[in-house]
Amino acid sequence: MSEDTSHSLPGTEVATVDEERYPVTDPGLEEHLPRLTDVDEKAADRATRQVATFFGLVPLLSIGFAVVYFAVPGDAWVDFGPLRANSRNLLLGLTFGLALLFLGVGAVQWARKLMDDEEKIDYRHSAASSDDDKNYMLTELDKVVDESKITRRKIIGRTLLAALATILLPMIVGLADLGPWPTKKKRAETIETTIWAPGVRVVQDITFEPIKPEDIEIGQLVNAEPANLQELEGAEFQIEKAKAAVIVVRMDPNTITIPPSREDWQIGGILCYSKICTHVGCPISLWEQQTHHLLCPCHQSTFDLGNSGVVVFGPAKRALPQLPITTDAEGYIIARSGFTVPTGPSYFERDSRNDFKEGDN
Amino acid sequence: MAEPAATVNDETAVQAQTPKKELGPVFKVAAGPTKWLDDRIGVAGLGRPFLRKVFPDHWSFLLGEIALYSFIVLILSGIFLTIWFKPSMAEIEYEGSYELLRGLHMSEAYASTLGLSFDIRGGLLLRQMHHWAAAVFVAAMLTHSLRIFFTGAFRKPREINWLIGVAMLTLGIINGFTGYSLPDDLLSGTGLRFVDGLIRSIPVIGTWAEFFVFAGEFPGELIVPRLYMLHILLIPALLLGLIAAHLALVVYHKHTQYPGPGRTNGNVVGYPVFPVYAAKAGGFFLIVFGVLTLMGATMQINPVWVVGPYNPAEVSAGSQPDWYMGFVEGGIRLMPNWEWHIGSTTWSWNVAIPGLGLMGLFFGLMAIYPFIEAWVTGDKSEHHVLDRPRNAPTRTAFGVAAMTGYAMLWIAGGNDLVAVIFDVSLNAVTYVLRVAVFVAPVLAFLITKRICIGLQRSDRDRMLHGAESGIIDRAPSGKYSERHRPIGEGEAFELTQHADMPALLPATETDGFSEKEIKREQLRRKATRFYFIDTLRRPTRAEIEEAEHHHLHPMIVGDGEHHAIEAEEEHHLAK
Repeated sequence: MSEDTSHSLPGTEVATVDEERYPVTDPGLEEHLPRLTDVDEKAADRATRQVATFFGLVPLLSIGFAVVYFAVPGDAWVDFGPLRANSRNLLLGLTFGLALLFLGVGAVQWARKLMDDEEKIDYRHSAASSDDDKNYMLTELDKVVDESKITRRKIIGRTLLAALATILLPMIVGLADLGPWPTKKKRAETIETTIWAPGVRVVQDITFEPIKPEDIEIGQLVNAEPANLQELEGAEFQIEKAKAAVIVVRMDPNTITIPPSREDWQIGGILCYSKICTHVGCPISLWEQQTHHLLCPCHQSTFDLGNSGVVVFGPAKRALPQLPITTDAEGYIIARSGFTVPTGPSYFERDSRNDFKEGDN
Repeated sequence: MAEPAATVNDETAVQAQTPKKELGPVFKVAAGPTKWLDDRIGVAGLGRPFLRKVFPDHWSFLLGEIALYSFIVLILSGIFLTIWFKPSMAEIEYEGSYELLRGLHMSEAYASTLGLSFDIRGGLLLRQMHHWAAAVFVAAMLTHSLRIFFTGAFRKPREINWLIGVAMLTLGIINGFTGYSLPDDLLSGTGLRFVDGLIRSIPVIGTWAEFFVFAGEFPGELIVPRLYMLHILLIPALLLGLIAAHLALVVYHKHTQYPGPGRTNGNVVGYPVFPVYAAKAGGFFLIVFGVLTLMGATMQINPVWVVGPYNPAEVSAGSQPDWYMGFVEGGIRLMPNWEWHIGSTTWSWNVAIPGLGLMGLFFGLMAIYPFIEAWVTGDKSEHHVLDRPRNAPTRTAFGVAAMTGYAMLWIAGGNDLVAVIFDVSLNAVTYVLRVAVFVAPVLAFLITKRICIGLQRSDRDRMLHGAESGIIDRAPSGKYSERHRPIGEGEAFELTQHADMPALLPATETDGFSEKEIKREQLRRKATRFYFIDTLRRPTRAEIEEAEHHHLHPMIVGDGEHHAIEAEEEHHLAK
């Protein structure tokens, strides 16, 4: 196989003495120089001891691993200055890791220092097949076609092609139930709606306590959820939370712009916005009190909450949807209605004509 | 004349030349089982081509090995993790040993990841090894592909193996993502939220794709089990198949080699698989395995317990994906907020272009590059001797330009961290990088090309004037000059063995070309000028002889003569 030179690349047999191709004649392989371990028996003995020592430490470390596994408790730790490490994890890793490392280093050292290091030459042959092989394949394939009778009975070939093409159909159709189909109706029930509805209380997101306007100071931001989220569980809870999460902020009414159409969406400078970024849906809550800017920690889209949530920086395009709020008879903050536009990131069928734009009234 | 008393016939001669060597004890013990196997599957015949197959030796050939070995570590550690990990999004109350989270509601996936980290002995070690191995796997594949690129190892006949490599890199990155999305902690859930936004942004079919991937709305309850199937079955199986094909082609083509004396396009010079590479490669596998284990032991990665279970209403500042997603993250952060609102539809270019377009562009350019270069050069020959990067200045410059663009995107992926660490404005960092991502690659291209040509000049200098000796002569007239020393013939061959690629002038005659062909040919010739017009020609045989004549001493000497001249110089110095 590798000794076979008959298939060598065209021209390569003479290439190295080709004066046109090579300005300098190939002097051939450099002379092999012996290593220290080849000529000095003591150096070779030293290398042997090194290799044997590396190999010899492996059983000790392997046993050490077993000892650590059973003996070291999981809550012990070691301190390295300001750093702290779990003893068991550290010792298990050190014993096993060093055992592997020493085994590997020993083997490499053996190869480098003691095994014969004379370079050998193999000859290449062209990646292409020999002409003989090509001719054989062509003539035989021709016979194969004849023997199959496909050229005489073309209908077999045609129906076979049609059959092969359509046999994929069941495999593709079988995947149509990967998920519900987002038809117009389905979208309206899912990604285009939230559980916010008229009269739903705005509650603290951890404690689910309702909030009164006087609980919020100017400049304060409260993470909130709809009160009816508490009734949900599991996946349903997560799905609704991912769309319905809001933030409630109180700003000095004299320092913010409220368009006439949204006058009654707020309570004396208390405004409620979707917490879900209109870019790719991260929850936003980095609040710059003085500028009224809200920054998304994922991709730094920045929204101006003092100006109906329009984008002032970053990759997001659409303003944060605002939730109209008011107070109920007991004085707690409630939603006047659900969101007027879908919350969260863009999708193809989203009708984005109704989102608030700079300059809208 | 008398007849010779006895004639040597062929039979006795052959017998005399091959005394049978006594086999060692291991061979005797193995003889039985080996014969059993050989009688059934012919192991001697199977092993014969491989036992002494020659592989060339160079440190840069180890990068691909690191990728292979970290993949093996991924499989081994991954199997261990699957024994305890539960790919379920069902909500449970955590009752494990990590007190800070006890009583919290979370998914089974997250709870079982905590269990692996705190309650299974060695679980944390294996989890961290697995994560580190993934980071190293992708890094090794990427650097390996750079080695292939800069040395031109993707040229004929290895284009298919290059494509297999690009496919593996893509799959490796995707599998990394599916893997770090599994624990269902706050960070991985945020990553999934991002992917949901990304999928949704695809024009026309985005919403359908989202509903099909997540089985409805985000996050739903099937995404973790689905990613788990992709992560431990489908993608690893594809990777394994591609790795097998990749290695089979390496064996079939025989490994490329760096230029040097005795290294030609028709041979391969190196050490045999047995015993040298068996020990070196086997040892190197264990070294990679060992280092990854030590990393798992001493370097914390993805401490999922810090951030808590996924909560769609929370995110921690400074959230970062694993390093290999950084360039996509950067593209997303840099992209201006372009979005079309046409009628009742939304075209979210601000997400689709950097998210999907960037990955498509990156891997697409990588995949087609060998074919572009082959078209430009019109070179149909096989290449087994690697290019020194300087001898392909335009290709090298393209590579560095791509790396620079990638680096700008990667920095942009942490623009918030850059702003915090260097105490600069986040907005300024973003604006600067928006420009830099286009300008820096162009600068890198120009600078790299000049550096390559400079290096070619220094090679030419060595060829025509010899090596600088550091010895300064003063002529009686007071003129100073540095003495040059001839270079060895091995080095001289290495510096001149590459082929000069021609930069073609526009064809003036249309003969032989049709209207359409001439257009393509002119374009190709323009491309050859762009590629090769300022590449330095290597000296010709005549120029080298001329230089020798001029300097009145040989420019190139055999290695044996080298020492004599050095000795003579020392003699000069002593005077």
